Amino acid sequence: MADHQMNTEMARAEILSRVRSATRVQHPAQSADEAWQAIPRSYRYSGQLDIDGRIALFEDRLHDYGARVYTTKTFELTQTVADVLTKRGKRGMVVPSGIDPAWLPAGFSFHIDDALSNSDLDACNGVLTGCTVAIATTGTLVLCHGAGEGRRALTLIPDYHLCIVEHSAVVETVPEAMHFLEARNKEPMTLISGPSATADIEMTRIQGVHGPRVLDVVLVR
Amino acid sequence: MASVSERAYADFPAAAFPLLHNEQLRSNVRHATDVIQAKRSRVVNEMPDWQLLRDAGQQIRRHTLEYLDTYLEEFEQRCTTAGGHVHWARDAGDANSIVIQLAQNETGKVVKIKSMTTEEVGLNHALEAAGIQPIETDLAELIVQLGHDKPSHIVAPALHRNRHEVRELFARTLNLPDLGDRPEDLTEAARVYLRQQFLQAPVAISGANFLIAETGGVCIVESEGNGRMCLTLPQKLITIAGIDKVIPRFRDLEVLLQLLPRSATGERMNPYNSLWTGVHPGDGPQEFHVVLLDNRRTEVLLDPESRETLHCIRCGACQNACPVYRQTGGHAYGSVYAGPIGAILTPQLAMMQEGKSLPYASSLCGACYEVCPVKINIPEVLIHLRGRVVNEQTKLVRVFHPEAIAMRAMQWIFLSETRLKMAQWMGQMVQRPFIGRSGWIEKLPGMLGGWTRTRDLRPLPEQSFRAWFKTRGEASSEASNG
Repeated sequence: MADHQMNTEMARAEILSRVRSATRVQHPAQSADEAWQAIPRSYRYSGQLDIDGRIALFEDRLHDYGARVYTTKTFELTQTVADVLTKRGKRGMVVPSGIDPAWLPAGFSFHIDDALSNSDLDACNGVLTGCTVAIATTGTLVLCHGAGEGRRALTLIPDYHLCIVEHSAVVETVPEAMHFLEARNKEPMTLISGPSATADIEMTRIQGVHGPRVLDVVLVR
Repeated sequence: MASVSERAYADFPAAAFPLLHNEQLRSNVRHATDVIQAKRSRVVNEMPDWQLLRDAGQQIRRHTLEYLDTYLEEFEQRCTTAGGHVHWARDAGDANSIVIQLAQNETGKVVKIKSMTTEEVGLNHALEAAGIQPIETDLAELIVQLGHDKPSHIVAPALHRNRHEVRELFARTLNLPDLGDRPEDLTEAARVYLRQQFLQAPVAISGANFLIAETGGVCIVESEGNGRMCLTLPQKLITIAGIDKVIPRFRDLEVLLQLLPRSATGERMNPYNSLWTGVHPGDGPQEFHVVLLDNRRTEVLLDPESRETLHCIRCGACQNACPVYRQTGGHAYGSVYAGPIGAILTPQLAMMQEGKSLPYASSLCGACYEVCPVKINIPEVLIHLRGRVVNEQTKLVRVFHPEAIAMRAMQWIFLSETRLKMAQWMGQMVQRPFIGRSGWIEKLPGMLGGWTRTRDLRPLPEQSFRAWFKTRGEASSEASNG
């Protein structure tokens, strides 16, 4: 192992030295930070749509990739969740710790994830979570896997994902979303823009390769 | 040590010729590239700020290379602080020995996400030689692996195979004699087979789309979900990435995550993007390693006129747009990296010792430049590399090289009107036996035969333009005088 350590240190020194000698004439005075700040960015940053426009666009994108979308108001949320689960024939779901109990209707069995094994997760009916931010232009759900969203395996192994999205969490553009996420930029993140898909066989797009094949979204005002 | 290009495909035209006769392949390639091009077009046209995003993408990549040492060190520091281990590999040999040492485990297997970088260093062969079985988990890579084949496209590696070929392959290797041949059936078979692998694998190997210096984080862009499986379920994760994968800050993803999916697969956003930083307690692998690979990228950095080759974000849009690639497919390039980007990257990674015919595998139409999300001026780099190839080849003979002599002779002729007229008169005489029934010159002898191997020439006209212009001048002056 010591051999390996020395080798990687030698490699490191050699590579950095080669990089430096290749780029040394480029940046006499400016620091990397200053030069980065100076990068011109004229692309679109903020969206132009109002909240209704954003939600409508978001819904449209979700439909585009085959997610079912339900809209509801906060005081009706519990009932809506019950309706969606009934429609899908789900009697119970696994949920992350920290999930809002108001989201969980009576009459179903909700199992809070307590370090379930992979095979336990494999046997689950589905998972119910919230999300951190959603992007309207691309129909993206962003999970930071904290409270109410669950560790990454939770939204990966079960075959069905029901995601609750508050209207206030929907932004229009990708830059707006990244700005929102900046404060959490060292956390694990998953950006979900549809069920998984492959076009590797004759370019015919088939959905549902790995990960949940069915995605339902409940939009809450 | 693995070499980037295969000796068997030493010459692009020689490699391309038999592939051009493969109707199935050409049809598959044409269909695939048509589909992706159409999708790309649609989602790019939606973006009013597409050109501005391209500008920013170019600037970000250029800036990163200018300060590459700073950003590599920053990434290493931040990743290590977050619980990751960073290793450095000068070449394929270094990289493979590091990975082999880390990948040893009681099952003797590792699951893998598709990574061009692992292809480049020949990681799978090295693992197998060390008694470790790598299991490819991208559907296309699985097809390529089970078929003992080679990938032919950056983003759609198995596009040279149709559903019947895949059905036959799966039925045979996965022991599914009753398998249907609809894409859905094939995908389902892959899902079931791979799920078992994912749930039990202790070690995974991945590449990386982006390494974020500011946070020490890694970003993976994918569609199938096998990425998420490999990045989340095993105990140990090994990520291997070229040093050109680094980006300065988290915020730069706002540009790159708009450019990449639209260019690569014609989607507004690909199904899954995963970001993680080091190790997250209770979530995902508890042991994480990054292997930073040079493998001659520092050589490419040395040449300021072709260093923008390293700006590439591996979208494959250039391949889909390239009229040459669309005719031949990727195998003709004899290398891991094919199409326009392959034509400039492969020879440079081989220090101009191999892949010398690749910069010539182009009509310089510029379609690649138009679609490149980070505005790599591939035609300019191709021309520059052609110059480097010629310099390499003529290193010893310099002015005595036949082509150099021919060029100087032409220059001597063009410098004088009399000599030019003589040359044209001689040309008109000498060409007669070579003009075919079609009225075109289809075959020239000797050195000139290289030109007519792939082109037909119009013969020199009976009367040169200068001669005609002279007579016209005389006729009109007669008319005005008469």
